[in-house]
Amino acid sequence: MIWSRHNILSPSVSVDTLTLWLLRGAAGAAMGVVLLILLFLAIESWPALRHISIERFLTDPSWNPGENLYNLAPMLSGTLYAAAGALLLATPLGIASALFIAYYASPHAASIYRRLVELLAGIPSVVYGFWGLTTLVPLINQLHPPGASLLAGILVLTLMILPTIALTAYAALLAVPGEYMLGATALGLSRWGTIRGVALPAAKTGIAAGVILAAGRAIGETMALLMVTGNVVQNASSLFEPIRTLAANIALEMPYAMNDHRAALFVSGLALMLLVMLLWSIAARLARNGNG
Amino acid sequence: MAEMVSMKSMRTPRDCFAKLAIYCAALLVCAAFAWILSDIARGGMAHLSLDFVIGSPRDAGRAGGIGSILVSTALVLAIALMAALPLGWTTAALLAEYVSAGSRFGGAVRYSLQVLAAVPSIVFGLFGNAFFSIYLGLGFSILSGGLTLACMLLPILVSTAESGLRAIPDAHRLSAAALGMSRTSTLFRLLLPIAAPSLAAGLLLGIGRAIAETAALLFTSGYVDRTPGSLLDSGRTLAVHIFDLSMNVPGGDAAAYASALVLIAALLLINMVAMRLATDWQRRKIMAENSNGYSNIDAPRA
Repeated sequence: MIWSRHNILSPSVSVDTLTLWLLRGAAGAAMGVVLLILLFLAIESWPALRHISIERFLTDPSWNPGENLYNLAPMLSGTLYAAAGALLLATPLGIASALFIAYYASPHAASIYRRLVELLAGIPSVVYGFWGLTTLVPLINQLHPPGASLLAGILVLTLMILPTIALTAYAALLAVPGEYMLGATALGLSRWGTIRGVALPAAKTGIAAGVILAAGRAIGETMALLMVTGNVVQNASSLFEPIRTLAANIALEMPYAMNDHRAALFVSGLALMLLVMLLWSIAARLARNGNG
Repeated sequence: MAEMVSMKSMRTPRDCFAKLAIYCAALLVCAAFAWILSDIARGGMAHLSLDFVIGSPRDAGRAGGIGSILVSTALVLAIALMAALPLGWTTAALLAEYVSAGSRFGGAVRYSLQVLAAVPSIVFGLFGNAFFSIYLGLGFSILSGGLTLACMLLPILVSTAESGLRAIPDAHRLSAAALGMSRTSTLFRLLLPIAAPSLAAGLLLGIGRAIAETAALLFTSGYVDRTPGSLLDSGRTLAVHIFDLSMNVPGGDAAAYASALVLIAALLLINMVAMRLATDWQRRKIMAENSNGYSNIDAPRA
């Protein structure tokens, strides 16, 4: 036996305990990273939170850090509009993609299509942004100037979150028990009848969890939106108006922000993180209940 | 499952409409994918050459190449992996092999990793700037960029390694215990080598994630496009270079296309190898222990 060459026949308890503590230390460090992130966001936001009351971030007349005006509301609305629009488009497309892979395509086509969706998920956000900037924005500009707009942001974001929705919905559909499908067939349901009456209801919590995860991604997305939405701080009243999102605002102003301005940016970062954590907790709860 | 159930379509109008809608949606996604790739490929091919890949950027990147940028990218990546791999894999080993499902410590670690996976990259950028660049005094440098990325990569490395370790049949662990191997040597000599393909797949996914990242690096590794002289120098990664060329440099589009093509080609290659590894691994799992060289453990002695 190869195994006897190593000194492993005498299990030494001390080595095992040492390994265990080493592993525990590493895991603790991994856990510490999250706490460290929260801690540093809180420390850096503290000056702003101390000088500026919370409601001023929503009620100040404008976002003008040079004159001590910190209204985040237009950026918040921009973020939510872009995320909501993208979800509205990506959810039906993503679920349809999942249904295509699970029930409609031949096994060969399904595996090719799934791979394509996975590759779509791997394209960097800066490339999506660059493509949007050089292709979509000029197209939209012909339709309705200026081109760099909420609509461009929504379209690019749709492509970016579609894989998340499609892949989680597919996983949820795969988890539907086989007996359900057999039962539906035995009842003589048509393919669409089976999907609508059996598969989708059985998979709905998993699909909902995927949509919420995608919402989190949409809210936190920075580069692609920064490149295509025009970055004007305003409440958009139409799809063709430029907007600025919270994340884009951080990326744009961090390089020159000082003191309270910098702290206000950290406040918006903290808000983003808490928002995404909230969404993620809801998704995790849904997924757990779905499995249980 | 769908293949097992032969569903006779009853050809109601509603069925036909649903089928049409789903095929259209799939076609639309394929078309969008093809549109993006062909745009980038067409725009990039014109400018791409060997000189472009190895040359240094001149005139803010409009002319010259991306040689120094590739060097910075590789350095940032190396730092990130060197910091994240040991931490990630040991955490995965603990979660998969040492803690019970109901353990509070394991639950807390898993919870925080899932939170970490959900944190937007711009928030990692803020954190990296505040902690590595300013608090630890690393400034805008390859080192602070790499360490920030390491935090981002942890969840993906842990989850792939953990699922790889969990997929190993318990027979291996029991046989090792019956032979009197200590748990440490079981882990290092038996379980980790078997899980190697999934560790490698996770590693490749992590590399893909790292070289695609922009927002977290903007205020940690910075914008400087010279070849970095040390790890404490600022260095611009490929993704940041694309961003800068397309947003801040008028007339930089041709070079940005070519850089995007290089980035996409690298990512597609990495993704494909990772997928291949993952499918091979799955196939091996199905064929079970007989074929993978460790069969002598549970084979009866002659």
